[in-house]
Amino acid sequence: MKFLEGSMKQELMKFFVFAVAVFTAPVFFKGGYIVNVLVFVGIYTILAVALNLLLGLAGQISLGQAAFFGLGAYISGVLTATYAVNPWVAMVIAAIAVGIVAFILGFPILKLKGHYLAMATLGMGIIVYIFFNETVDLTGGPSGLPGIPNLAISGIIFDSDIKNYYLVWSFAIVTILLSVNLSASRIGRALRAIHDSEVAARILGVNVRLLKVQIFTISGIFSALAGSLYAHTVQFISPASFGFNVSIELLTMVIIGGLGSIYGSFLGAAILTLLPELFRTFQDYDIVVYGIVLIVMTMFMPGGLVRGIPLLARSLLAKVKSGLPSERRV
Amino acid sequence: MELFEQILQYILSGLSTGAIYALIGLGFAIIYNSTSIINFAQGEFVMLGGMLTLFFHITLGLSLPLAIILAIVVTTAVGALFERLAISPLKDAEPIILIIITIGGSILIRGVAMLLWGKDTHALPMFSGNEPIILMGAAMMPQNLWIFGITLIIITANRLFFHHSISGKAMRACSFNRTASRLVGIDVKRMILFSFVISSAMGAAAGIIIAPLTMTSYDVGIMLGLKGFCAAIIGGMSSGMGTVAGGLIVGVLESLGAGLISSGYKDAIAFIILLLILFIRPQGLFIKGEAERV
Amino acid sequence: MLKIESITKIFGGLTALQGVSFSIAAGEITGIIGPNGAGKTTLFNIVTGIYDPTSGKVYYGGTDITGFPPEKLARLGMVRTFQGIELFGQMTVLENVMVGLHTKSRSGIIASALKLPAHLREERHIRERAISWLEFAGIAELAHMKAANLPFGKGRLLEIARAMAVEPQIILLDEPAAGLNSRETADLATLIMKIKDSGITVAVVEHDMELVMEICSRIVVINLGHKLAEGTPREIQEDEKVITAYLGEG
Repeated sequence: MKFLEGSMKQELMKFFVFAVAVFTAPVFFKGGYIVNVLVFVGIYTILAVALNLLLGLAGQISLGQAAFFGLGAYISGVLTATYAVNPWVAMVIAAIAVGIVAFILGFPILKLKGHYLAMATLGMGIIVYIFFNETVDLTGGPSGLPGIPNLAISGIIFDSDIKNYYLVWSFAIVTILLSVNLSASRIGRALRAIHDSEVAARILGVNVRLLKVQIFTISGIFSALAGSLYAHTVQFISPASFGFNVSIELLTMVIIGGLGSIYGSFLGAAILTLLPELFRTFQDYDIVVYGIVLIVMTMFMPGGLVRGIPLLARSLLAKVKSGLPSERRV
Repeated sequence: MELFEQILQYILSGLSTGAIYALIGLGFAIIYNSTSIINFAQGEFVMLGGMLTLFFHITLGLSLPLAIILAIVVTTAVGALFERLAISPLKDAEPIILIIITIGGSILIRGVAMLLWGKDTHALPMFSGNEPIILMGAAMMPQNLWIFGITLIIITANRLFFHHSISGKAMRACSFNRTASRLVGIDVKRMILFSFVISSAMGAAAGIIIAPLTMTSYDVGIMLGLKGFCAAIIGGMSSGMGTVAGGLIVGVLESLGAGLISSGYKDAIAFIILLLILFIRPQGLFIKGEAERV
Repeated sequence: MLKIESITKIFGGLTALQGVSFSIAAGEITGIIGPNGAGKTTLFNIVTGIYDPTSGKVYYGGTDITGFPPEKLARLGMVRTFQGIELFGQMTVLENVMVGLHTKSRSGIIASALKLPAHLREERHIRERAISWLEFAGIAELAHMKAANLPFGKGRLLEIARAMAVEPQIILLDEPAAGLNSRETADLATLIMKIKDSGITVAVVEHDMELVMEICSRIVVINLGHKLAEGTPREIQEDEKVITAYLGEG
């Protein structure tokens, strides 16, 4: 009993520290340009966490997350820009609609495993992308959809970097909390069981099929929320932001951070969003870097940075210790 | 009359692209059958075939035949290197790890291509001129004949190799039972390398013969790869006629759909077919058998 | 308790099982033996819902359960272990058993994500029960070890502890002694007897004859997909057909 409360306390402490850091960060950065970048870090954190629930926890690969991201963005965008629906209502509609789509698609898609699942989700993502491009009357096609209004609550309009930062990160913090909770629960264990041995999970009574679809749906809903937030903060969306390469970026973020590590997904999102800003030339090399990162991290640091760095530090420390002449041998 | 000619036209051009998908699909199947891995980078070998030929022929000014040969050689080298460096060390890893590695490989190859050659699309010159040939009211480019001819040659060579040569039979043995193959002295590791070599060479060839018709650029690999995969799935991952049929089916359906329904959704058609097959009959259209529940 | 009626299973050209019928009585330990390739594991797979039989039926406590999926059977009180142990390698020993309690708990996604008080109470309960099952199997000291790092013998015990957590009425063990040394096998025998003494029906597929003769009150012999013989250990040992099947003619 003590153990349980101990580790739960630990988790809560971690979360508390993280939340405080998030909410005080803009003060440290004195509201500079970086706050704008951090808004995007927040959005991609939500997306990376959503993918991690699916891939890291349940072991189901999805190369089509951008589809849910885009659907959330476009539903919110079209409803608010073209039909003047209240943005909050539109966001809820988008989340529910994408949830339903994910739930229905989830049943046939998640019957597949491994490579076939990867290809199916890839195909799904591309079909949705083509749909965004072709339905010009609805979405504006390749030239995009402008004029999306900001979100607002009781007189406060979220129209500046700082305000959007707090808006997006409020959602991100909640997403992280829910995901951390889910991960360390009966459901989280069942998902990890599915990841390790589906047949054993079934034999123990886990409704594998339903649970996979449920987590796929949750992942989709989180991604759709990120999409809505994206639409309202940037106020202009185009299909290019929801293509196959975005799905790959998300995969890379999750791998960098570590499969199954929720905070790792934040790390991955932060690194891959900040890198292009810090190194302008990065943009030319970004595809190559993603490829190298994916290969190298998967080969040498499968636990991601979150587990890999402490491991590396420990082994380096051990090497240093054994090299020091601190003990006399007789 | 006109509609008939139009449909014929679509079918002909569909058979042409279908032949390409068949070649790419065979590449997937060959690697899958010897390693149980789906090589996500397969499409990039196709891209490299076209782009390298362009580079050797246009930038370096070599003659077209020489450029083609060099392109195939270099692509094959890339394929072999990929197998040695990224696949072989991880052969016992979880499937997810291997999937991510091949995705990483495909991205890397694409990224390097983008760095070297930029994002523009280029056209390779037709092998034998631009005069269309008229057949029963439908127009066909000479390039289409090249495509059919070369595809036929490759498929025949493929069949001869796998069914009538020692190495080919050895590779098929590996795909049926790796342990037993090892026990009778087959060098499984070499066979795996071999399968990558053959697949990358075939992929390159596919990319080269289609390039004059459809333009080539650093990112053609994704779409072509996926459609080739679709062909392989329809064929049940067979290294033979099933996949060829799969490729032709995808090509023709895609062409008819694009022509008769809407051209913007052309790519979507192949992927919808892919999803339908994966959902309804993942073992392909030609293989008989039940799926176990586990 | 478990009635297998005329089960036939054909895989393509191979007939794995042909018209096999027998019963497993409640509260007993029944052994299923036979030469390699006889079809024993296939039989288990059919009973536990992993394969569908080509023909025939399986009855559990009177109900026709033919074709029921494994997760449904778990809720009906049937659980099994695997020949090549299927542990959740990346989770700890304790967590493995906690998954076994999945059917004994109810917190859904929303309760878990929000960490509602009922969920927290249930988590504590799951943990306590899991620890007591580890103690039952004698591996409580390994609770926080990663399952993939367990020595093989302990892994077997974990799989059994995990299966017991389902609180089954019947447990099917697929070659539990495979790969165990004689001391581990003796410990296994004690554990299986303990399970039977707690009222649970046990069915064991095994090759270790000593173990089978020692703990089973009834034995079924399968050879080449057919039931060869059925009876007490003494009867089986003296059955001519069985002796021939194992030792060959003449």
